[in-house]
Amino acid sequence: MSSPTPAHDDVVHSEPFLRSLMRRQLSLSIACAATFLVALLGMPLLNYFAPAFMATRVAGFTLSWLILGILFFPFVWIISYVFIKRSIALEEAEAKAAQDGLTK
Amino acid sequence: MNALLAAAGIDPWIAVCSLVTVVITVGMGFWTAGKSKSAGDFFVAGRSVSVGWNASAISGEYLSAASFMGVAGMVMATGYDALWYPVCYACGYLFLLLFIAGPLRRFGAYTIPDFAEGRYDSPMFRKIAVCFVLFIGFFYTMPQMKGAGTTLAYIFPGLPYWAGVVVVGAVITLNVSLGGMKGITLVQAFQYWLKVFAITLPIFVLAAVVGQYQQHLAVNQTAQETTVTAVPGIERKALPAKAPKDEAWIAPFGKLTTKAVDASIAAASTPEEKTALEANKKPYSLLYTYSLIIALVCGTAGLPHILVRFYTNPDGVAAKRTTMWVMILIGVFYVFPPVYGVIGRSLTPELYDAVGAKGTDKVVLELPTLLAGRDHPLLGSVLSGITCAGAFAAFMSTFSGLLVSMSSALAHDIYGRMLRPASSPEQRLKAFKWSALIVGVVAVGLGSQVEALEINFMVGQAFAIAAASYFPLLFMSVWWRGMTMRGAATGMLMGGLSALASITLTSISDVAVAKAKKLTEAAELAAYWADHPVAKGIADFWVAHPLARILCEQPAIWAVPLSILLMIFVSKATAASVPADIRMKMLVLHAPEALGLKQEYIKEHEGLGGH
Repeated sequence: MSSPTPAHDDVVHSEPFLRSLMRRQLSLSIACAATFLVALLGMPLLNYFAPAFMATRVAGFTLSWLILGILFFPFVWIISYVFIKRSIALEEAEAKAAQDGLTK
Repeated sequence: MNALLAAAGIDPWIAVCSLVTVVITVGMGFWTAGKSKSAGDFFVAGRSVSVGWNASAISGEYLSAASFMGVAGMVMATGYDALWYPVCYACGYLFLLLFIAGPLRRFGAYTIPDFAEGRYDSPMFRKIAVCFVLFIGFFYTMPQMKGAGTTLAYIFPGLPYWAGVVVVGAVITLNVSLGGMKGITLVQAFQYWLKVFAITLPIFVLAAVVGQYQQHLAVNQTAQETTVTAVPGIERKALPAKAPKDEAWIAPFGKLTTKAVDASIAAASTPEEKTALEANKKPYSLLYTYSLIIALVCGTAGLPHILVRFYTNPDGVAAKRTTMWVMILIGVFYVFPPVYGVIGRSLTPELYDAVGAKGTDKVVLELPTLLAGRDHPLLGSVLSGITCAGAFAAFMSTFSGLLVSMSSALAHDIYGRMLRPASSPEQRLKAFKWSALIVGVVAVGLGSQVEALEINFMVGQAFAIAAASYFPLLFMSVWWRGMTMRGAATGMLMGGLSALASITLTSISDVAVAKAKKLTEAAELAAYWADHPVAKGIADFWVAHPLARILCEQPAIWAVPLSILLMIFVSKATAASVPADIRMKMLVLHAPEALGLKQEYIKEHEGLGGH
């Protein structure tokens, strides 16, 4: 084997650990990204197919303007809050699992 | 003194507020100069910036002249569609957080070129990445310089455009070479709060006097409404002929996205052609909107001066908390610039008649002076002074950030890694200061040449190029272990360069058309076009093919997938050259920092005589 990586046969350096690590992180990121992309990419579609509805006046704003100009920002905050909470928890769980594996 | 200033057409309050901003910036630079000692302080602020400071500093760096003045001006000029800019600037940050920030931070490189080399074990790729950092950096400095030049010319009528560029360039270059990253962290954090203050306070006072955001929006009649809503207390001035109509301005798919098709309709000879083009108008607008969204969202994630900031946090958890705060800080800010655009449409419609810096771009600076005409002369001047101070802070802080990342690229990557790998930390520190000076001078030189180009247009260029080069590189390198150096380099270069080429094509013809429009005599016009056959050819082609024009003006929708596909194909073809220790690299990118894999990885690497 010409690989310069020295052989580590513990849990942390095993292929299954890396795979589960990347899969769990990526699925969290994709779940959050999907929520946000549905909203972001859905807005032009709503504007396109339901212009009259999106032009409804809400307290002076058109619905479309209210969503994009104001409500979108808190929405993005919520997604990033949820992501950060979960990703820190995920890292803690992973670190713990790896350490448990090492001491076994 | 006051009489003197007034005689020169300068508002003393505006002059004083701007001066105070510059003095505080320089003062903080000197103050922090004593505290920044090591190379680490200069390049990544000793990796010890607290969450609050770092979040304010990133936000301060992020809100550029385009955000402060450009967004308001664009909302006023084009209406609803311009709202995508602030929204996507904020959403791009989310993308960065979800996919790129954590892994990059864990990998622990100083700069993007460090990451490029570390991930692919290729010094060659480092060189390519350095060139791209400098390239995108200079693209993004030009609009900041333009903002500086026009703002100064606005404050001091009679001052030439280049004078502002030189003054601001000199101040920031001095600051960066004095304090490096640690120095500008403080300055940028201060400038964020100044900008928020400068954009919110005047608008609250204005809204109390002239009417609220929603009231000014309500007087614009939508296509669905049969009568104009009269709102008591809101007096609207008549719109000039050049201003877009209410129903097009307030609704999506307005002037910004339909420009290309409108030009074709105007040139169409038969009614059948016109109807055919009219039918295409809305689908093309939708396409334009999506391409704009992709460029802005992916471009944010690819701007080098934003990424380097993730390395200034002490650890990965702090990096994530910082991003959360950045989202909140920039989100709060971005609610306000459109308010200026909306109120400006009602109260200062005369701006529609002028172009560029004298037109809607200055609505943020112009609006507070209205209070002077409403029996609050002092208040009007003070608030106008505050918004000018904010504008100053805007282009100064973004330019500082760019200057640091470009100087780092020169000093750390080119000098420290390529020219003199054996240099001592002191020598590198000296190299950083010299690099700052060189980059500063080049930026001033370039900045003084771009007076004719629009701020937002130039920012859009930088974003589209970053979206098609850096974003695919980072995203794919972090999540796909099959990437090879050749794949990464091909995708990044082809994506970035094709985006650049198509944008250049549109700008060449636009500049020529803008000049031609000023010629009134038919003979002059014919002679002008005869001198510019290529520009004429391109301009005619756009009119005949509006779809091609949209795809070239907003290339992200095809350039980003092109770049990613190239990366996949070339990497598959050169699969043999995937770095041998890829599993370890991926582990460092993704395993929690608590496991301490990074140190282990670096030791192994050095033990093998790698770098």
